[in-house]
Amino acid sequence: MIRVLGEPFDPAAEIARFAADRRDVGGIATFVGRVRDRAGDVRIRAMTLEHYPGMTERQLARIEAEARRRWPLLDCLVIHRYGRMEPGEPIVLVATASAHRRAALEACAFLIDWLKTKAPFWKLEETERGSQWVEAKEADDAAAARWQEKTAG
Amino acid sequence: MRIRYFAWLRQRTGLAEEEVEPPAEVRTVADLKRWLGSRHPRFAETLAATGVVRCAVNQEYAEDDTPLGREDEVAFFPPVTGG
Repeated sequence: MIRVLGEPFDPAAEIARFAADRRDVGGIATFVGRVRDRAGDVRIRAMTLEHYPGMTERQLARIEAEARRRWPLLDCLVIHRYGRMEPGEPIVLVATASAHRRAALEACAFLIDWLKTKAPFWKLEETERGSQWVEAKEADDAAAARWQEKTAG
Repeated sequence: MRIRYFAWLRQRTGLAEEEVEPPAEVRTVADLKRWLGSRHPRFAETLAATGVVRCAVNQEYAEDDTPLGREDEVAFFPPVTGG
């Protein structure tokens, strides 16, 4: 399931509800991404996430479908915020459930790596020196490419 | 054709979206970039940030040689930074 939210959410409550009524789930993996209070030595006051409504949901649904194709997932949840957030606030939650831990852990890592390079979100940081757009990191591309090599090999 | 701009492309062009009617010879994403750039130097500079500007046609990732239709929605944006 994909949810793109303009309002704050509570990862603990979401995780508590996730796959709660299933008895065939043996492992749940979760990742929570939060707003940091600094970028290098620059203090971050807040972060605004812009996105492309429509394309965001479409790309996230595709990434979820790809994870379900590759691993035997019994449930899958991706929640992603947009709008203005302050340090400490959650930006993204990925949760995966499977009969065994390996599928859940791998699918969770795959989902966060892939959505970082495919989902149309852009971060604008508010700092003491003004606002700046966060630049994409080559390390993120490399993290996503890791999963491509796996299928190719 | 609807054109949309996001993040710093939106700020630099000063536009979130616009409706355009490109001439018939605009058949691909590359053609469209050239034509949009020809209207104003600020667009030319922004869209020519080669290797940086990404494109989507009808909300799917596209390349320079992706063909365009008259009713398409085309978006230009920097590399994504979500997650």
